[in-house]
Amino acid sequence: MSKPDANNPFAITANEIRGRKVERFIRFITLGMTWALILPVLFILGFLLIKAWPALSVGFIFDNPEKNMTAGGIWGPLIGTFMLIIVSLLIAAPIGILAGVYLNEFARDNWFTRFINLAVVNLAGVPSIVHGLFGLGAFVYFFQMQRSLLAASCTVAVMTLPVIITSTKEALASVPQPFRVACWNMGASKWQTIRTIVLPNSISGILTGVILQVARAAGETAPILFTGAMISSRIADSGWASMVPYGLEDRFMALSYHLYIISTQWQNVPESFKFGTAIVMIGLVIAVNSISIGFRIYLRSRKKW
Amino acid sequence: MLLLLLLDRNTTKGNLSFRRSFQQLQDRLEPVVVGVIYICGWSAILFVIAIFVFVFKESLPAITGIGTEIAAGEIEVEQLDLVEFTTSPRWIPESSKKPAFGILALIVGTLSVTFFSILLAVPLGLGAAVYVSEFAGNKTREILKILIELLAAIPSVVWGFIGIVIMNPLITNLSGEAVGLNILNAGIVLALMSVPIIVSVSEDALRAVPDSFREAGLAMGANRWEMIYKVLFPAAKNGLLAAVLLGIGRGIGETMAVLMCTGHSVNMPTSLFDPVRTLTATIAAELGEAVRGDLHYHTLFLIGVVLFAFAFIINLTADLVVKGVRDQSNV
Amino acid sequence: MTTQTSHIEFQDVTISYGKEIALRDISLAIPEHTIFGIIGPANAGKTTLLKSINRTLEFEPNAKTVGKILVHGTDVSHIKNVYALRRRIGMVFPLPVGLPMSVYENVAYAPRRAGIHDRQELDELVKHCLKQSMLWDEVKDRLTLLGTKLSGGQQQRLTIARALSHKPEILCLDEFSIAIDPVTTMKIEDVLLELKKEMTIILVTNLVQQARRLADHTAFFNKSEMIEVGPTEKIFSNPEQQLTHDYVTGDFG
Repeated sequence: MSKPDANNPFAITANEIRGRKVERFIRFITLGMTWALILPVLFILGFLLIKAWPALSVGFIFDNPEKNMTAGGIWGPLIGTFMLIIVSLLIAAPIGILAGVYLNEFARDNWFTRFINLAVVNLAGVPSIVHGLFGLGAFVYFFQMQRSLLAASCTVAVMTLPVIITSTKEALASVPQPFRVACWNMGASKWQTIRTIVLPNSISGILTGVILQVARAAGETAPILFTGAMISSRIADSGWASMVPYGLEDRFMALSYHLYIISTQWQNVPESFKFGTAIVMIGLVIAVNSISIGFRIYLRSRKKW
Repeated sequence: MLLLLLLDRNTTKGNLSFRRSFQQLQDRLEPVVVGVIYICGWSAILFVIAIFVFVFKESLPAITGIGTEIAAGEIEVEQLDLVEFTTSPRWIPESSKKPAFGILALIVGTLSVTFFSILLAVPLGLGAAVYVSEFAGNKTREILKILIELLAAIPSVVWGFIGIVIMNPLITNLSGEAVGLNILNAGIVLALMSVPIIVSVSEDALRAVPDSFREAGLAMGANRWEMIYKVLFPAAKNGLLAAVLLGIGRGIGETMAVLMCTGHSVNMPTSLFDPVRTLTATIAAELGEAVRGDLHYHTLFLIGVVLFAFAFIINLTADLVVKGVRDQSNV
Repeated sequence: MTTQTSHIEFQDVTISYGKEIALRDISLAIPEHTIFGIIGPANAGKTTLLKSINRTLEFEPNAKTVGKILVHGTDVSHIKNVYALRRRIGMVFPLPVGLPMSVYENVAYAPRRAGIHDRQELDELVKHCLKQSMLWDEVKDRLTLLGTKLSGGQQQRLTIARALSHKPEILCLDEFSIAIDPVTTMKIEDVLLELKKEMTIILVTNLVQQARRLADHTAFFNKSEMIEVGPTEKIFSNPEQQLTHDYVTGDFG
């Protein structure tokens, strides 16, 4: 360590110079690490897009797979994925939102609440294939739903429940406590307070969580492998039957399963079809996430307090 | 419920008597609504227990034995040898002569892929977390976080596809191996998949360290790196540990990507270029063909129980570790 | 205390949060249609006392009450419809809270919960309450503005208007004038003297002179205990306890 300049007490010491060098170096390294994560993804996305380009057309989206999936498009799997999302959402959203309300508004700070929170964390950590086993054992066999859209949706709903619970809890917690106290002091009951103050002011945050659930449900494969997904099904090319091709008790095609099948199990599928399917999935997920990000920005812009 | 919300927010004149009776109806319904909220709140516990019970129930016959009538009055009992199950690397469930149900190779496969992915993901994730929380400006931080969230959003089957069509040729070209579906491939893919959770949990942990710690560190003449290394990391160590644990949990539980990228052969690996098979991939690949009721079917559920137990222990530990952080920060 | 009927009565009330005692052995009777001043330093348990009357103390985890609190002779802990009890009591706390809804809805909130939906009736009520809290002139043209966008002092007066909106028989004011300018404070004080005809007012204040100006009776609290209670004049001119004397003359601490 060198001595500071005797004339100028504010002169930069050698130690400080070294410190700045180290800092610049660390900054550079960690930035490099960050880019090492992001660049491959951008590269991958670009690569997929180029490879998928020949297949991408309006027909690819709106036509059904034909000739052993070597021609046509992905309409059937796409609509199957949409139906899976909607049905699982109808099951998971009410339960998850109310559970979030319970945890943030009703639960007292005791061991039982800790236990519930632990259960939520664990539910989120259960491997997706184990969810699939559970769906098979519980919904397909025990509740006798057979392999069906309903059984698969129930399975996916259980799997995405913790996402909804956690984000609802956070959205509710962002509503300041004095608002609640003010309502209680005016004789509003707990539920009235939640209904009139807490929910209206956190609904956008809750929806963000629900949207994230949608993204997750759209991409999952393992839970629907044994609970309802099928390789191929006959779908009408037009009309109402092509819009809602599956009933709750039918097996269905889904994008994720479709991609798995055509990229590992099926022969002679044109390469661009596989890439096209992957790109559509990614596009779907990015679109959903963008909505959620947009929601967050909108939310910040019109904060009421 | 949404209907109640909508109706209550109106401010215009309406049918008064209806409104009044509606108010009374709401008051009377409140206990019902609150009851439903309580039930939903407890549902998480119910589901965790239900998952364990149903998966365990389906695996039970493998342990207690399955009777099949081979001739009149003669019953052959098939039963899983638990010692073989846990210690043998031989997994030949569909052999007609002598099937074997040892999951050791599958466990080793799972652990080797997970370990390698963590080896890649932890330094990168930690570095990115340090950059995002300590160096990046507000705007850069937002953008980087969105990009990293994008990583998390890509579905696992797409990651598997990427492993097959991008990583596979890359590895064969660079290494000269015949096939590029192996630990290396799955490890890299899995690392990219588990990075987002590692980044977000460790960034939370780093940001939870009060600024006074940073200032104190810098005031003592430490440079930025010394401050990060000697002050920030120790203060955030529980959160960072939790991040690593959750990354491991993600790796062990991942199914589709490892199913597609590992090469899918039962194998005790000796190098990064060996193909392996994981616990999750085995269930995904074989349950469709296993006949419900036979030993193979029930054994696959038993693997599910093993996975559940792994996940449970990891999450419990991570939770306890994070709780430790909170207790510390209260002091 | 006097021949007047007492409106609120505390009988040997002790309140604790876990192991920490917030109020010890309080016995107190507050007569109807009077202003009852409570003075004392911070942490004396004054706010806890108010919360125990309308039972919002129940929302505090591990708060425990021993003893009886009577409103018109009825033990509040035995009242089944706690929401009706809270509507009989108006509460104003020191922190101004405008609810994230329009000014109009802020004031109409409680009446709506109580089942008043007639637009004209609500309009009248909102106007009346905002006038009483000296806010009407400032907001009469922008009743649709968000309550949270008002200034601190305006929000505080909005809080007072809300407390009056359900026509309470008891009004509890906890250091209501902290965020309000002195001139407006004086005007509100005049309103309070008017309101005395309709309701009983409990006035917690750390402005000793405010209690002297307004209160009929005053109690002095210190460190979870009630040191002295009596007619305001006596407390200020001839207190029995040395501590009280020190506090009212500013010699405290």
